[in-house]
Amino acid sequence: MDILEKVTNSDYKYGFYTKIDSDKAPKGLNEDIIRFISAKKEEPEWMLEWRLDAFRQWQKMEEPNWAHVKYQKPDYQDISYYSAPKKKKSLDSLDEVDPELLKTFEKLGISLDEQKRLTGVAVDVVVDSVSVKTTFREKLAEMGIIFCAISDAVKEYPELVKKYIGTVVPKGDNFFAALNSAVFTDGSFCYIPKGVKCPMELSTYFRINEAGTGQFERTLLIADEGSYVSYLEGCTAPMRDENQLHAAVVELVALDDAEIKYSTVQNWYPGNKEGKGGVFNFVTKRGICERNAKISWTQVETGSAVTWKYPSCILKGDNSIGEFYSVAVTNNYQQADTGTKMIHLGRNTKSTIISKGICAGNSEGSYRGLVKIGPRAQNARNFSECDSLLMGNACGSHTFPYIEIKNKSAKVEHEATTSKIGEDQLFYCNQRGIPTEEAIALIVNGYCKDVLNQLPMEFAVEAQKLLEVSLEGSVG
Amino acid sequence: MLKIKNLHASIDGTDILKGIDLEVKPGEVHAIMGPNGSGKSTLSAVIAGREDYEISQGSIEFVGEDIMDLSPEERAHMGLFLSFQYPVEIPGVSVTNFLKTAINESRKGRGLEAMPAKDMLKAMREKMAMLEMDKSFMSRSINEGFSGGEKKRNEIFQMAMLEPKLAILDETDSGLDIDALRIVANGVNKLRSKDNAIVVITHYQRLLDHIIPDKVHVLFNGKIVKSGDKSLALELESKGYDWIKEEITA
Ligand SMILES: Nc1ncnc2c1ncn2[C@@H]1O[C@H](COP(=O)(O)OP(=O)(O)OP(=O)(O)O)[C@@H](O)[C@H]1O
Ligand SMILES: [Mg+2]
Repeated sequence: MDILEKVTNSDYKYGFYTKIDSDKAPKGLNEDIIRFISAKKEEPEWMLEWRLDAFRQWQKMEEPNWAHVKYQKPDYQDISYYSAPKKKKSLDSLDEVDPELLKTFEKLGISLDEQKRLTGVAVDVVVDSVSVKTTFREKLAEMGIIFCAISDAVKEYPELVKKYIGTVVPKGDNFFAALNSAVFTDGSFCYIPKGVKCPMELSTYFRINEAGTGQFERTLLIADEGSYVSYLEGCTAPMRDENQLHAAVVELVALDDAEIKYSTVQNWYPGNKEGKGGVFNFVTKRGICERNAKISWTQVETGSAVTWKYPSCILKGDNSIGEFYSVAVTNNYQQADTGTKMIHLGRNTKSTIISKGICAGNSEGSYRGLVKIGPRAQNARNFSECDSLLMGNACGSHTFPYIEIKNKSAKVEHEATTSKIGEDQLFYCNQRGIPTEEAIALIVNGYCKDVLNQLPMEFAVEAQKLLEVSLEGSVG
Repeated sequence: MLKIKNLHASIDGTDILKGIDLEVKPGEVHAIMGPNGSGKSTLSAVIAGREDYEISQGSIEFVGEDIMDLSPEERAHMGLFLSFQYPVEIPGVSVTNFLKTAINESRKGRGLEAMPAKDMLKAMREKMAMLEMDKSFMSRSINEGFSGGEKKRNEIFQMAMLEPKLAILDETDSGLDIDALRIVANGVNKLRSKDNAIVVITHYQRLLDHIIPDKVHVLFNGKIVKSGDKSLALELESKGYDWIKEEITA
């Protein structure tokens, strides 16, 4: 309480701090709340100043509107921006868990122990995941790899955080990024030292102190010169969250000759069949590539009521490479506006975009992509393929490719297709004994193959099952 | 094996099948011939359970059961196989993966365990060798970019893997070169037994030189207007269909 008082006293205006329970900030957003968060996190002064600056910029910004996305805009003063990481209520057995959720787990092939972990059932000591985590961390530490919560990094590695935070996604980049910069509380920090190839997939799952998914997560990943890392975010299990609004920021820095592979599976609660409830997912993800560096984004998005995200690459260094592989599924009343931006600044920079949209039910899916070739980007290359697969007649899919070329030597190719799962394809499968649901899964997986192939093996298998579950009952 | 009585089928209000009677017994090979548009593919699709057709009259029995209310996959699980006149492309789905799914779904439908991957691969290699198919087909997307003949050969490969009780081969010969025709026909003959049956739909005698039919039927304007033994096919080959048309109208 001491630090909190020290930090807040000077600006103490309305006197509400005396009343609040120290584990949760009152609803609303103002500078005092930000001071409160920063104090709670025991942050250095510069971090607080950084947040406040972001907040001031945010106050001047307006929430964006998009043509094909409709939702009730959240009341930002009706949200609590801090609550201490709570342990999930511990259950005694899976019998106490929502049977619908268990059914989904089963379909996804999630092991019993994993089901227990996800639903907060106390796990028997037989498979002790903690020991797995410990060996994992020890191994990383030996190689000098830092992988920890962002709040710990702010305290333990302030020089690194200070040097890179906000360099890829500036505080005032957009409405949601500014909001995140002001109030972020969770997320990961990762640093791979020079020349180190991280020997395993880093997954948020293994990060210790992980307490569910945060509402305003911030991830900062730095691959130093010549290093390599593959990072996994999210999980295929359905994530229910009381927080409707999620506004994450992910910043990737790939220094000279470094490579970052960032894979995401997003399966937040999409709302019910009528479109009620569900998470609004507004994410800013961006990476910067220095000389000869490479960043690939791979994502499988099946969840959330509204998704807005454009993982992007700034190809600053010569010969750098950016890749974007995406599968975005929308069903029922889900809406997704996703895509990527490839900003070519260096010479001989290359980018590849493979986007596969799948729309079912009454959903709307949009691909929005920008390929920008700067004046200095001699011999830049881009290849984009944006496909949409429609199931039924009530859904909609839109493709908005924007291309800006400032250097004549650029080669930019764009292909787009829209298809429907054909009656002929389904009948062919049926005739070979494959029921319609399974046939759809087969066809959809085939359609997404180029993207799924980019995922690490186990993740790909899970993602395939996830696609099946997400599209269940979408035809016939 | 297959018993069709007075079958009438229409699509979008157009009558296509106008009273078909056909009985195929175990061990038999039947050939169905007839001019373009006479309803051969429609008949095979209706037998296989395609839902776009309206069936106003008639019945279809397969292995002693009325299958009129069964879905296409249920019919397939009972051992019905249709080699498509125009096999469908499914991008990104490999031949291996497609067949694995088909076989295991069929086994599931019959209450059997999934086939171990090792056994399946072994069977696939054997059947591919029998049909002189290159192993590279296993990893290619099903029918995508296949030549006409390759598609047909792939249909028979699937038939060999699925071991149906009744196979309907809809113009499997068209698109095959002379060597391929012989290879495919030999493959089909190897699958013949006293317990299963084959219906071949074709325009040409050359296939029937290899797969010798017990009965030949002529489908004309939605009806079987003439049936006979293998000599009927030879007669059609030399005389065409005009004399049959005359016979009907006479
Ligand atoms: N949707 C439809 N609406 C109207 N007529 C149709 C429709 N689909 C098929 N037909 C007609 O049904 C008739 C029978 O077609 P089918 O494909 O069964 O002929 P076929 O005997 O297999 O011919 P081929 O030897 O050329 O393969 C044709 O005249 C065709 O044009
Ligand atoms: Mg036909």
